[in-house]
Amino acid sequence: MSGDGSPLELTEDTALAGELARAWYVPRGIVGWFSVVDHRTIGKRYIVTAFGFFIIAGILAGLMRIQLAVPNNHFLGPDLYNQVFTTHGTMMMFLFAVPIMEALGVYLVPLMIGARNIAFPRLNTFSYFVYLFGGVMLTATMLLNTAPDVGWFAYVPLAGPDFSPGKRADFWAQLITFTEVSGLAVAVELVATIFKTRAPGMSLNRMPLFVWSMLVTAFMVIFAMPSVVTSSTFLLLDRLVGTHFYNPAEGGDALLWQHLFWFFGHPEVYIIFVPALGIVSSIVTTFTRRPVFGYTAMVLSLVATGFIGFGLWVHHMFATGLPQLGLTYFTAASMIIAIPSGVQIFCWIASLWRGRPRMETPLLFVMGFIAIFVLGGLSGVTLASLPFDLQVHDTYYVVAHFHYVLIGGALFPLLGGIFYWFPKMTGRMLSDRLGRTTFWVLFAGFNTTFFPMHIVGIEGMPRRVYTYPAELGWGTLNLVSSTGAILLVLGGILLLYNIVRSSIAGVAAPSNPWGADTLEWSVSSPPPVYNFLYVPVVEGRNALWDRADDPPIVTGIRSDCREVLVTTVMDATPSNKCSYPEPSIWPFLCAVVTSACFIGSIFTPWALPVAILPLTITLIGWFWPKDERSDSSTARARERSEAA
Amino acid sequence: MSLSRGALIAVSAATVAACGGNQNMFNPHGPAARSIATLGWWLFAVCGAVYVLVLLTALWAVARRWQVSDDAPAKLQTLARSVTGATVITAIILIGFTVASVVAGRGLTSPSGPGAVTVDVIGHQWWWEFQYRDVTPSDFVTSPNELHVPVGVPVRLQASSRDVIHSFWVPNLHGKRDLIPGLSTETWIEADTAGIYRGQCAEFCGVQHARMAFVIVAEPMSAFLEWIAHQRMPAAEPAAGDARRGFDVFQRSTCITCHTIRGTRAGSRIGPELTHVGSRLMIGAGTLPNTRASLVEWVANPHSVKPGVRMPPTPLAAADRDAVVTYLRSLR
Amino acid sequence: MSPRPVIDVSALPNSEFGHRGLIWWGTVGFMVIEGSMFVIALVVYFYLRLNVEEWPPGLPDPDPSYGTANLILVLVSLVPAVVSKRAAEAFQLERARVWLLVLVLMGLASVVLRAFEYPALNCRWDDNAYASMVWVLLSMHTIHVSTDVVDSVVLLVMAWMKPMTRKRFVDLSENSLYWYFIVAWWIPIYLVIYFAPRLL
Repeated sequence: MSGDGSPLELTEDTALAGELARAWYVPRGIVGWFSVVDHRTIGKRYIVTAFGFFIIAGILAGLMRIQLAVPNNHFLGPDLYNQVFTTHGTMMMFLFAVPIMEALGVYLVPLMIGARNIAFPRLNTFSYFVYLFGGVMLTATMLLNTAPDVGWFAYVPLAGPDFSPGKRADFWAQLITFTEVSGLAVAVELVATIFKTRAPGMSLNRMPLFVWSMLVTAFMVIFAMPSVVTSSTFLLLDRLVGTHFYNPAEGGDALLWQHLFWFFGHPEVYIIFVPALGIVSSIVTTFTRRPVFGYTAMVLSLVATGFIGFGLWVHHMFATGLPQLGLTYFTAASMIIAIPSGVQIFCWIASLWRGRPRMETPLLFVMGFIAIFVLGGLSGVTLASLPFDLQVHDTYYVVAHFHYVLIGGALFPLLGGIFYWFPKMTGRMLSDRLGRTTFWVLFAGFNTTFFPMHIVGIEGMPRRVYTYPAELGWGTLNLVSSTGAILLVLGGILLLYNIVRSSIAGVAAPSNPWGADTLEWSVSSPPPVYNFLYVPVVEGRNALWDRADDPPIVTGIRSDCREVLVTTVMDATPSNKCSYPEPSIWPFLCAVVTSACFIGSIFTPWALPVAILPLTITLIGWFWPKDERSDSSTARARERSEAA
Repeated sequence: MSLSRGALIAVSAATVAACGGNQNMFNPHGPAARSIATLGWWLFAVCGAVYVLVLLTALWAVARRWQVSDDAPAKLQTLARSVTGATVITAIILIGFTVASVVAGRGLTSPSGPGAVTVDVIGHQWWWEFQYRDVTPSDFVTSPNELHVPVGVPVRLQASSRDVIHSFWVPNLHGKRDLIPGLSTETWIEADTAGIYRGQCAEFCGVQHARMAFVIVAEPMSAFLEWIAHQRMPAAEPAAGDARRGFDVFQRSTCITCHTIRGTRAGSRIGPELTHVGSRLMIGAGTLPNTRASLVEWVANPHSVKPGVRMPPTPLAAADRDAVVTYLRSLR
Repeated sequence: MSPRPVIDVSALPNSEFGHRGLIWWGTVGFMVIEGSMFVIALVVYFYLRLNVEEWPPGLPDPDPSYGTANLILVLVSLVPAVVSKRAAEAFQLERARVWLLVLVLMGLASVVLRAFEYPALNCRWDDNAYASMVWVLLSMHTIHVSTDVVDSVVLLVMAWMKPMTRKRFVDLSENSLYWYFIVAWWIPIYLVIYFAPRLL
């Protein structure tokens, strides 16, 4: 563990740096902004956009808490309240939580594995714009009194054509299409990147745990999202062209929606949670200055979580009267998934015990994660018990549970990750002092807001109610919750202030301010456009700590064009090379056409055939090969002769 | 109506209005709820202990002073054993929870004895239709939003919905059961003490999901049978006075497009049946207590208390409206 | 800190066929996604069967003549797909693009046959849940066939117009791979649409 993680820069290689900078340039100007295919830029755009939606959804939550602060309140009428809570949940789950985790993957994975970009860079750009347009569409519905109002999981028949007239539920269902297209594209990119473009020497068992977590997440996305795409498409068809998938009067089935949605919906929460586990491992490693205890167990736990997560979905349907024997299986499975999570918690505690923890802001957020997520996980275990669930299902107890696991299990690690990686992304340090204050404010605010909800759910308060009677005694605890929300807002403001101030005037960050072990810390902060001057050869599980003083590198990759190295899946031995594309406007144009088609089809089925021609044109523009600069004259001549 | 019954209603109305622990799942008044509450206490006790243990261990791990010997291989072995041990204990606890849940659950699917009464629970946006079956169809009793049950006797519920998914839930007596259109789901409840228990819809069902409540009145079997017999009787036609005027206004107003009053021409089943509305505890599906003032407000414009409800405002002159309310209150 | 070159990759080819290359992973990734959607659709078909007594409920069975013709056509189309793929992998441009042309023509014929299959379903999508399901099953497959035919046409044009690079031979090979996927899925979907009503 001798490497100090300093970047490799030799004065003689400013020539190399210049050549690579020209090859991997990030275009400027207005057209350039839409043509960027660079993973760091797209990753940062995703992060900023996702936080934008987080703020909007947070404000909606604030409105909900004002309405619920006292019984029989008149701040929001029932129709507006229903739009507010639906949009809050939909925005948080589809426009913030999943995209931001994928965004961290998009930004960090290529850097952590020694690659110069993510695989399929134009697809990456396309996916960002589709996500953005979908989010803008949903936000616009709020301003036009046509926001969805059927809950973030939109049960039928309530969300169907008979009971939700108008376009509200259509916008919800189409938002799914936007975010799933975007999410699936990124998942495929991540699998290809992680399996095939790792630096030589980074065999699978030397991959950082964060990369493992993104790999597992990408697989979960690929297998889970088709289910919700199917279910939401069926809903749109029922609503727009008169099909009968969910219409019991014509052989359809109301429970079909629940099966299809929750087959996606349960893995969805692990899609949000598993990357956070990767963040925690990264932070624990760095701030204890030791490799995480039990690497193999940690990897197996991630994989096990991914698999088992697909076998739990019916625990959302315990009250629907399905056969008892089947339900018993789902109780057992829902309990068992606590085991891999438990293993991870125990390994992290062992790491903290063994190492020398530096309690700076990222690690503080990890401690907050332990305190909050474990409580949420335990309330989840109680929910797995069918008889108990029959009482607390659809009450504020469940609201408390999922906020504990989502905020504790995903948001707190995410915030720790923001403090940890902000220097790398921007070249500035965030204020640690302010960070610690922010942590305590958020920790106190979170528990004040959400802990009472366990109690008020036990006292009988159902979910999704715009008001409640005074006689039931729920007023006091609701007021406490609403007061706690003020602290959460305050914490958010402190965080935002920290980010803005540090972006402008923060302390300049060296390449490895934390003395961390993963490859992204071997390059400058922020990284150069080509990521690595030399593609490294990795010699151990903790790349920078196991690195010799004369670190081995790869030669023979062209620096005058966007050539990358493709390696084998298991051992990352060099296999062949590949040319990544230059910046291109076509992914953006394709996203515009796709989005117009999606939105148009809410209003008329003709949008689909009309979109075919423009879509074909943009796709042809996208894939039409340019005179590939990656072909040197000799290479081209050789290939022509082979072709003859 | 007997004196004791009147007293019961008066006391119960006060209880419903003032009761704090009414909808609390840890305030069980029936065998099913009691079984679940017991399970719940065990779950909380064990989970609470686990949480405290994990938290203290984590805090100790960061707070302790690091020693050079912590990097030794022997320490790694100790850690490995500890992690393995903790995992095994976790698995044992989870298996225990699963077994406890299955055991507690077995008693919940079937009632404690032969169901003496069967009630159809039909969900509507946003009210409850409880229908007591009988051998003779003309003796069916429909009691909207108020379910009477005999104490100590299991009552079978066959549940379905006319529109969207609702969920029948009275926490003092049992867990919830969804009402799904196109399906019939089954559950049962049993109260072991007389009293009034509040229930509420527990599946988001649209704009007035929040105000879709009901009451369960648990009374001794004799009182229950008396109630059923009384409910079977059609409404008496008032002879004279304000009630008569109200009867006439009702019969010629839009009221009859939605409401049934047996014994009159009003026979629509779109809205709740009003044959014995005067004897009910609440109106508007648990929204308002059944008082004169509430009824006046409700009849004039139900949207002032329950915006979005399916019942439109009834345009009547004040005197006519008062007369209708007098008539309705006479329907005991 | 001075770097030490240990591996020289200059001799490695600029793209590679099959799973050793990168495009394959993208193609297979999308095949897994689309395949999952087909699996779900088929499961839903059988799930809905449980809801009713008669199958199809109140409607005649679909007429399998055009569907069977299409099945035979796409199975035969595997020949040009395989030949084209192998030719591409051997850098035989003439052979690859001629057989790709055959494949495109067969693909177009398949789409034409598909137009006749819809009325042969003997139902409208809004008749009942069964009808909705068979229309969706057929349409999901139709969308895949159509997009791959368009894709193949573009590749064909490029194969005649532009000087070939190694990478585009890989694209030709991947295109055939996707065609295999489309043909493979037609088999269960065909069987379910046209024969499940007779068996269930």
